[in-house]
Amino acid sequence: MGTLPVLPEPFASWFARRGWTPRPHQLATIAAARAGQSALLIAPTGGGKTLAGFLASLIDLAAAPRAGLHTLYVSPLKALATDIARNLLAPVDEMGLAIAVETRTGDTPANRRKRQKEQPPHILLTTPESLALLLSQPDAPTMFAGLSTVVIDEVHALAGTKRGDQLALCLARLGALVPGLRRVGLSATVAHRGALLDYVGAGAVPELIEVAERAPPALSILLPDGRLPWSGHMGLNSASAILERIGAHRMTIVFVNTRAQGELLFQALWKINANTLPIALHHGSLDIGQRRKVEAAMSSGQLRAVVATSSLDLGIDWGGVDLVIQVGAPKGVSRLLQRVGRANHRMDEASRAILVPANRFELLECEAVIEGVAAREQDGDPPRPGGLDVLAQHLLLMAAGAPFHPDAMFTEVRRAAPYAGLLRADFDDVLRFVEDGGYALAAYDRYRKLFRDADSLVHIRGERVARMARMNLGTIVEAPLLKVRLAGRGGGALGEVEEGFVNMMTPGDTFMFAGRLLRYVRLRETTVEVAEGGGGEPMVPAYAGSKYPLTSNLAARVRAMLHDPAAWSHYPPPVREWLGLQTERSQLPGTDDLLVETFPRNGRWFLVAYCFEGRNAHQTLGMLLTRRMERFGCGPLGFVATDYVIAVWSAFEPGDVAGLFEQDMLGDDLEAWMAESSMLRRTFRNVAVIAGLIERNHPGQEKNRRQVTVNSDLIYDVLRRHQPDHVLLRATRADAAGGLTDLGRLSGMLGRVAGRVRHVRLSRVSPLAVPVLLDIGRETVRTAGDEDALLAETEALVAEATGDAPSSTAPMRVHPVHRANLAILQRKPRNQRAQPA
Amino acid sequence: MTAAPVHLMGERLLLDPLGGVMWPAAGLLAVADLHLEKGSACAARGQLVPPWDTRATLDRLAALMRRWRPRTVVALGDSFHDARGSLRMAPADAARLRGLTEAAAFIWVLGNHDPAPPEGLGGQAAEVWAAGPLVFRHQAKRGAEGELCGHHHPKASIATRAGAVTRPCFVADARRLMLPALGAYTGGLDVAHPAIAGLFPRGGRAFLLGQDRLFSFTLAQAAVSARPQVRPPPRAADA
Repeated sequence: MGTLPVLPEPFASWFARRGWTPRPHQLATIAAARAGQSALLIAPTGGGKTLAGFLASLIDLAAAPRAGLHTLYVSPLKALATDIARNLLAPVDEMGLAIAVETRTGDTPANRRKRQKEQPPHILLTTPESLALLLSQPDAPTMFAGLSTVVIDEVHALAGTKRGDQLALCLARLGALVPGLRRVGLSATVAHRGALLDYVGAGAVPELIEVAERAPPALSILLPDGRLPWSGHMGLNSASAILERIGAHRMTIVFVNTRAQGELLFQALWKINANTLPIALHHGSLDIGQRRKVEAAMSSGQLRAVVATSSLDLGIDWGGVDLVIQVGAPKGVSRLLQRVGRANHRMDEASRAILVPANRFELLECEAVIEGVAAREQDGDPPRPGGLDVLAQHLLLMAAGAPFHPDAMFTEVRRAAPYAGLLRADFDDVLRFVEDGGYALAAYDRYRKLFRDADSLVHIRGERVARMARMNLGTIVEAPLLKVRLAGRGGGALGEVEEGFVNMMTPGDTFMFAGRLLRYVRLRETTVEVAEGGGGEPMVPAYAGSKYPLTSNLAARVRAMLHDPAAWSHYPPPVREWLGLQTERSQLPGTDDLLVETFPRNGRWFLVAYCFEGRNAHQTLGMLLTRRMERFGCGPLGFVATDYVIAVWSAFEPGDVAGLFEQDMLGDDLEAWMAESSMLRRTFRNVAVIAGLIERNHPGQEKNRRQVTVNSDLIYDVLRRHQPDHVLLRATRADAAGGLTDLGRLSGMLGRVAGRVRHVRLSRVSPLAVPVLLDIGRETVRTAGDEDALLAETEALVAEATGDAPSSTAPMRVHPVHRANLAILQRKPRNQRAQPA
Repeated sequence: MTAAPVHLMGERLLLDPLGGVMWPAAGLLAVADLHLEKGSACAARGQLVPPWDTRATLDRLAALMRRWRPRTVVALGDSFHDARGSLRMAPADAARLRGLTEAAAFIWVLGNHDPAPPEGLGGQAAEVWAAGPLVFRHQAKRGAEGELCGHHHPKASIATRAGAVTRPCFVADARRLMLPALGAYTGGLDVAHPAIAGLFPRGGRAFLLGQDRLFSFTLAQAAVSARPQVRPPPRAADA
């Protein structure tokens, strides 16, 4: 960047009045704007990043006032848009500028939306979904005609997600509507700068403006009172130590990894909170009103601590937070830095954070993350290619706005970075899917949603189809959720739980939710009615897909630390002893090989592999290993995967261990398993909903919904049998390969350790293997065949328990979870007639 | 494949894991709720679901008929998803169905979705079909004995150590046998729902369909939880 410009009036005086000096990156952003250049601004939180994004627009509007939309701001969070609007209004008012700033989100009332179209504000703050909706309207070209700048906030959180795909497509559309449109991306520090530059640039190369990291955060590790557990992820026995730290600070955010952990830790803290420090709970399943209340209490300084999940990772700046505590494994350097950045939102001060490991492996992970932060290493996967399901939704929405030519649309779509590598064949398949389903059997010609005219222009088939497309807009698909509400008239909404959790409960059962102990009263339609209080051991709702896997970089560090006894000196004694014992009884995992232990235990053989590739990759490996062991005649009985290791148990001793880990396991076995797995079905459901095959909303048809919708599992089965290469199945496989199965990491690992499998045959369990054995019984990934086995097992157990069958003489270890289920099964049905109507 | 025997009014019936029931003594096979052409009915409303549901359902029916070689087949109503369903059928599917209705005496019991018999597809229609001590009806009649019925598409959830497993199922007591829906796109109603549970006031058994066999549980075991009866649609997140 050449010489930086000088801030014009009245901005210079306004900065001076506040005692501020414009920061170099703010001036650089203004310079880029003057040159008509797009820009990506990478800066840590608290650097005046947002103001930098808007300064050029404010200056432009102050110098040359004009009517119409000038700047569009897109943020992943609705709350952030509202907050930014407030923050922008302050300088606008104080400088007496005639600049209209408004928000437009799902909450904006209809009359305001209408007015915003007739008389757009100068600056409009919105979300990717609301932008997509605006672009699907026939009047979009008029509305955006004078647009000068788009500001995209938190780009790092959007790029690589389906919402990010949708936004990228919308930005490409905007670029086509408004040639010369400038984009400004705002991002936290990331590992993949190039990918973000592409994302913001969309064809052109934006200027990169980067702010040096502030002082590295001060990180420390807090160990629980007493012993450090072998296993478990909740960190509850650190509650008193955490409470002590909360008491010593103004305001603390206690970050946890799952909503269930949040509920449990919140309860544990309040149980010992003798001084009744105001501590609140915040997670994504809580009612939105409750969450806003907590956030407001934080802003006004009424709280001393908030126990939060990733729901507070992004967003509004709370100046008062002076401590961040991360309970449980941090999982990745970038993720931890994002969280730590929530404290001391000021550039010149170091943030302080305390890491609280919940078990021994997590202690190693915490040590590794501290090393990673010191080395200024970022991690995380590079963004994957854009989803074809998102493209399908986009094409239908764009057709709802105006007819388009496929060639022009293809060119436009390829300008969006996630779709830069899109093949024409895939584009055509997606378009055909949107038109008439894209089935090999041309059965639906008369029901097509799009048609082509003589000039090959693609039109939507009428306003009803357009309306349905808009009603089903969006790329976030949630599992079927049930509302939780206090019973009685005017009972307040508390939030939502997954349907599967409610399935396991009987009226009278107690559970923890929203930081309260609740008693399940009954289910009414889609609302769970509850009452406060109750006895017995409460359950805690868990939510699918809420676990992040350990990143590869962090895994590599943990591996290196394990292998280097010199590094152990500052670990607490129990951990040093644990690792020391491992070297005596077995061996330590190496940095570039694969340690596999086998040992007999309780009449079975156990195989434990120290892969360190994260839970998702290990789940996949577990499925593949058990298939292969089946073929090798080892009689595999089950497996369990953690972030660090995979353990498989079998009836017979696994012989050729190196042969088990050969790379060719990623062939047919993988295909066969993937197709049957519940994971792929779940993935297909999301793809089908986003692509518009399954409607979320249908105008005026709530009542007969059951008759007009088809369960996605049934569709999947039929489609897989009759058109296995259908574009939605391809999209499903692509999603599954990247996400839940983590195939990339798995195949990378198998390639790396080929010829370097170190097999250690032991006479008993090794110290390092103890934690994973304690996790047995918690596996959840399954296929139709596994479900049959589960049903058979349950049938046999019930028969035995109720005396219908002679008791089994085979030694059988019943997992506590199963024992609880068995207790439920044998329970006398209460209130059986009180089923909901 | 292992069929599960049950007894109804002294008659021995075999439940097939594909979802049909065979009465060997009478050479009779019964199936329920085929909902043929549900896919095209959805398409007409704008949901372009894969169009092979009719073919997939006929595959199941044909497999059942091959396995049991029945002299009589009784389809317990809602064989078509709607009254005009048979008119939308692809010619190849229609020809195949005609082949099946010619291979045995084929009885179309009429249902609420298809109150009139399908045209040009063979077979004969009946409001109710009776044979020996058994009566075949679409929708159960309270107090009936020796009744085979469909209509409700029963399914059951069983809590296992790795979460609940949900499957379509038969429901049986000493007087009545309710069949699962055979249609490829048919959903289900939980056996705990009063509409089903109320028909089995003294309890009964649910036989869950497996890949090669059935899994049997008492209704009380399958009804431990008050399950949601309406699956909320997947929703757009508020953004």
